[in-house]
Amino acid sequence: MNKQVGLRGKAWFQALTGVDSPMGGDPGSVLTADTELGEDTARFLCVVPDPKARFPCVRRGEVGLEEAYTLATRVREVIDHGENLKKRPIVAIVDVKSQAYGRREETAAIFLAAATAADAYASARIKGHPVITLIVGHAFSGGFLTHGYQANRILAFDDDDVVIHAMHKEAAARITLRSVADLDRLGHEVPPMSYDVRDYARLGLLHKLLHIQDPDTPAPATVAQIQKELIDAIADARAGSTDLRNRLESKGAREMRKAGLAARAYMEKQWSGV
Amino acid sequence: MSIATVIPAFVTRESFIELEARERAQALMDPGSWRELVGPFDRIESPWLPMQSIAPQSDDGCVVLKGTIAGQSSVVIALEGGFQAGSIGEVSGAKMTAALDLATRDSQNGKKTAAVLLLETGGVRLQEANLGLAAISEVMASIFALRQYAPIITVIAGTVGCFGGMSLVAGISSYILMTREARLGLNGAEVIEQESGIEEFDSSDRALIWAIFGGEQRVGMGVADELLQDDAKEIAAAVQRCLKAGLPAVHRSQQIDLYRDRIAALDTSQQIEPLTLRKRWDSKQAKAKEGSAR
Repeated sequence: MNKQVGLRGKAWFQALTGVDSPMGGDPGSVLTADTELGEDTARFLCVVPDPKARFPCVRRGEVGLEEAYTLATRVREVIDHGENLKKRPIVAIVDVKSQAYGRREETAAIFLAAATAADAYASARIKGHPVITLIVGHAFSGGFLTHGYQANRILAFDDDDVVIHAMHKEAAARITLRSVADLDRLGHEVPPMSYDVRDYARLGLLHKLLHIQDPDTPAPATVAQIQKELIDAIADARAGSTDLRNRLESKGAREMRKAGLAARAYMEKQWSGV
Repeated sequence: MSIATVIPAFVTRESFIELEARERAQALMDPGSWRELVGPFDRIESPWLPMQSIAPQSDDGCVVLKGTIAGQSSVVIALEGGFQAGSIGEVSGAKMTAALDLATRDSQNGKKTAAVLLLETGGVRLQEANLGLAAISEVMASIFALRQYAPIITVIAGTVGCFGGMSLVAGISSYILMTREARLGLNGAEVIEQESGIEEFDSSDRALIWAIFGGEQRVGMGVADELLQDDAKEIAAAVQRCLKAGLPAVHRSQQIDLYRDRIAALDTSQQIEPLTLRKRWDSKQAKAKEGSAR
């Protein structure tokens, strides 16, 4: 497992943008930079741990109130300034432990903050901005819904420290009344339960699983490789639709989401029927 | 003295909370106008629950009715809190997404079709983990698409409430209607206690839970729109009001500056007192202040 969630995200953000501090007025936990990427100037965003954050429950890299509203603001800037121009790409680098689990957050309606960030990402996508998510570490639960899951294309490193899931293992075990060993065994039989990114890739939700050397320390050759993958994903997004149908039309979805696709087909058939 | 004056209103009114998901959805639509789509007889069930020795349900806990509400084309999607706590799995999520997408298609073709979501849900169904989380992101994407043409009205009546990823679905809706028995939040008290400790949130403190998550608080602080009685007729009338009002000028989840400033103004050195926050965020008071400033 990662030594600390969020550090890898920060390392990749710095390697891809050359920037290591937040934009003026932003909290220390949200990094934003505009960087040349192929023929575009892409906006990169990343949530990182800030041990001095105002809200105590986000100091280990969780996505909280300030993080969500900052992401929303920085994504909306790209939409607002790009009305009649070539739609700039947005790249979300994801390494988030989870949403913030705090009383302050719930009192101040973190659900709305999270919705606001997701709204900004989705609005950008709908307006034609290619929104690409690059998962370099953890992508958990409400943290991922807030930051990254509305993207046109999702890329992830093929690595044991990359984990995409609805809830971390210990908590999921407690809530479903199972042992962690049971969960590991179930993960092999029931792919959507798995904590292994290779099982996640089988669900057909990823655009691509990226095989790279040493994901902890971005070397120049690996950075160039990832830049090329991002440029390819941007081109692919521009050539495709602005909705998320690619996730349902993938080979993985046809194999692993048969029940969901059947429900969809029935719904379409019955919708216009008498 | 007539009988009507002796029997108080709460005796004769029909409870909405006591209805199951299917009955709730029916109670909102024009009688005789609706059909259920992908219903229990189609038997599209979760393939993942039986693999874990859990009995599936033939509608996967999601009821979709298409018809009219006060003459307006609508689809009502109701989650059954009594099945797996209303959690979103592959099938229930796909039913929601498909219905919303078809409402969008009809709206684009000139037949404006609104959506009413009856959310009683704990969020992702952990037995279908990643497909549940993906489904929520897809439901959200479909709401963003439909929201360009027709309003989405979320009703949280209780008693499960609306939590986890589905709270974001509520957050991006055009309107949120709640009763006093409803709760709305991202993380429930138990989850916070488990993750951050009992000193952060004592989940046995019922008063605190209602003070933070309850319908009265959420409507009072302006993050939900109307507080309703547990009365099927009153809730149906409120849904009709929202439909008639149509799309709001700006959706709440696009009011970034307002909320970013409010968060910046919070004292985070201690816990936030819910009632104080409610008074500070109360939209009527804020508007009055704005008016006096002009």
